[in-house]
Amino acid sequence: MSETRATEPALLDLEGLTKAYPGVVANDDVSFAIRPGEIHALLGENGAGKSTLVKMIYGLVKPDRGRMTMRGAPFAPASPAAARAEGVAMVFQHFSLFEALNVAENIALGMDHPPPPRELAGRIREVSAAYGLPLDPARRVGDLSAGERQRVEIVRCLLQDPKLLIMDEPTSVLTPQEVEILFRTLRKLAGEGTAILYISHKLEEIRALCEHATILRLGRVVDTCDPRQKSARELAEMMVGEELHVPVREAGAPGEVALEIRALSMPPASEFGTPLRDISLTLRKGEVLGIGGVAGNGQDELLAALSGESLAPAGTIRLAGRDISRLSPNQRRALGLLAAPEERLGHAAAPDMSLTENALLTGAVRERLTRRGFIDWARTRDFAGRIIEAFDVRTPGPENAARALSGGNLQKFVIGREVLQAPDVLVVNQPTWGVDASAAAAIRQALLDLAGEGAAVVVISQDLDELMEISDRFTALNEGRLAEPRPMRGLSIEEIGLMMGGAHDLEVSA
Amino acid sequence: MDLTSINPVLLVASLMVAATPILLAAIGELVVERAGVLNLGVEGMMITGAVVGFAIGVNTGSPALGFVAAAAGGAALSLLFGLLTQYLLSNQVATGLALTLFGLGLSSLIGKPYEGIKSPTLQKLDLGPLGDLPIVGPILFGHDPMVYVSLLMVLGVWWGLKHTRAGLILRAVGENHDAAHALGYKVVRVRMAAIAFGGASAGLGGAYISLVRVPQWVEGLTAGAGWIALAIVVFASWRPWRALLGAYLFGGVTVLQLNLQAAGLAIPVEYLSMSPYVVTILVLVLISARGRHGAPGSLGRIFHSTG
Repeated sequence: MSETRATEPALLDLEGLTKAYPGVVANDDVSFAIRPGEIHALLGENGAGKSTLVKMIYGLVKPDRGRMTMRGAPFAPASPAAARAEGVAMVFQHFSLFEALNVAENIALGMDHPPPPRELAGRIREVSAAYGLPLDPARRVGDLSAGERQRVEIVRCLLQDPKLLIMDEPTSVLTPQEVEILFRTLRKLAGEGTAILYISHKLEEIRALCEHATILRLGRVVDTCDPRQKSARELAEMMVGEELHVPVREAGAPGEVALEIRALSMPPASEFGTPLRDISLTLRKGEVLGIGGVAGNGQDELLAALSGESLAPAGTIRLAGRDISRLSPNQRRALGLLAAPEERLGHAAAPDMSLTENALLTGAVRERLTRRGFIDWARTRDFAGRIIEAFDVRTPGPENAARALSGGNLQKFVIGREVLQAPDVLVVNQPTWGVDASAAAAIRQALLDLAGEGAAVVVISQDLDELMEISDRFTALNEGRLAEPRPMRGLSIEEIGLMMGGAHDLEVSA
Repeated sequence: MDLTSINPVLLVASLMVAATPILLAAIGELVVERAGVLNLGVEGMMITGAVVGFAIGVNTGSPALGFVAAAAGGAALSLLFGLLTQYLLSNQVATGLALTLFGLGLSSLIGKPYEGIKSPTLQKLDLGPLGDLPIVGPILFGHDPMVYVSLLMVLGVWWGLKHTRAGLILRAVGENHDAAHALGYKVVRVRMAAIAFGGASAGLGGAYISLVRVPQWVEGLTAGAGWIALAIVVFASWRPWRALLGAYLFGGVTVLQLNLQAAGLAIPVEYLSMSPYVVTILVLVLISARGRHGAPGSLGRIFHSTG
């Protein structure tokens, strides 16, 4: 199949595309070709230039140099509408959906000449049934799950009858079962001759789906390959350009109970929030508990309940036997329970404050950085310096604003700040989200080392590979319910998927 | 005190007149906010409209031309706000407040020669026998054209937002400007159009005060009506028909307290005069207590396209 394609003329040809932003060259002389019916992977770390490249194809960004050819004719879309007119459709990484509008309205917005509403609703039903993506056109998008939202985006693209479908990190919010449904749809589309440009850093998925890969590093094409012929590790090393350090841990027997949650239920904090329903959990010293689940199933709420940002009903959370449910975050910190939330800028760290000031914000209690209400700046600077040194945070100095750091460096700082305070229990949410591979490995290693020293660690993450790598036990959140934790070793991906889907939500449609 | 002196039919008819300036300004601001822009300069645009409308009305002798000029004046002032917030990315709250102060000062300057003059005013529509019907006649068919224009604008805005593609795009821009941009919609252009519409509506509302309700020019004529219009947009949960309800409720309390004053109710006049504002605050508190109530997702956020 691929042999016949290799001789086919390219659908889209990129030649020497270059785009520079002040201070950084996002794309440097990028060339490759996509043929009809091909599923082509674009691989690279954060900041490798994948997004800029597809934005140029989709008409959102104009290249500085280089040219594109579509079916032999010059292709230089001035706007997304022009790109859509040429048959290019795109599913965005962060969904470009409007929560307050319904499915049909959202889809109409993505079309240049939408049919009248009634006809559109019919076509949505038709197309979504044909590709196994059931959708109700009248439902409000704000009430849909992440998987359903993605269906809206895909159906929106399919209604345009695209020649080239660009998918930017499409699986980051899906359960394994939903990924399987998506892949089936994509293979069907490719079989019908649609070319698919698939952007991801999930290597196993790319190996399963794609027949051709272009690897970007720092804006340049560094390699091309057939991902089916490579191992995930080889692909990762092509992306990073160096050998990868795989986290190791010293096995320790689990100790006494560090944290206990009993029948914790909480109403949602906001309209689009998730309630926590009857969560029970026992965590032992020296243990890493992985909590998986699709975003928006109660992860933020659980972290807030544990950190003390929202107060739980009395008697539901115990730290080493003591009821802490009604204590404030600082009281919990004093007792040894620390937390690092998902959102680095604005939640874990104050963007415009210096690293020193940010170190003070959570470290004041345990590191005794204040005296009688006055800040001890010498000790605080010293603490920030220790974090920077121990966690290899790349920054000119602790006086730099948190905003000025790259995602990976700030994440190392945020995690390091909590780890260095020697917690008894550490709760982290998405510790390596949007972090490059080497920083992610360092963060995971730090979490394992902390557990090795006898602390209990809760890792809430949507990255299953990460959880499989570091967890002793695994559980998953689904609509605010927590599955029964099970030992990570020996757990199959199907079982994990069932836990993430809550078993009652398995829509595997034909 | 004699409560029988209050005629309910006349009360309803006059509350519609009292509410019309606020309704006009509120329906315009509603469109602006549905596009994701918070323009706190309604008061400034209203009073600018009031003085421009009055000046043109007096000089041409045509109140209709006065209204047209008021709309143009309000829109011109709002485009200044649009230029500052949409292109120069200034803070919307601060710019809106500045716009109000600017409008108040500008109107005093323009209005100085017109103090103490009486303007030509709009005649009531003559709808023949319809106006002579008992009860419904004075309530529904005894008004000047601008009352009907304001009602038609509510209808038009509701229809436009709900059933037209332009309305859908406007809501999309207000709901999530990044997503709208990614789909290729011109966020800034849509917002500039909405801002101009809001300015024109506020100008009409102001002119209704100076040309119909009072009809005279004095400094500070609008007396906070623009702020009430802003409150009514929140009260209405950003929905046109509820804005009508809110404006008429405020108008009703205003007219009622005037009637009560005339009837000699044994409460100090100051309390009666503050009652419409107290009611507005109470209703807003009650609505806010219910939590989120459908504010556009991008309301007041600065949109900066990153290329």
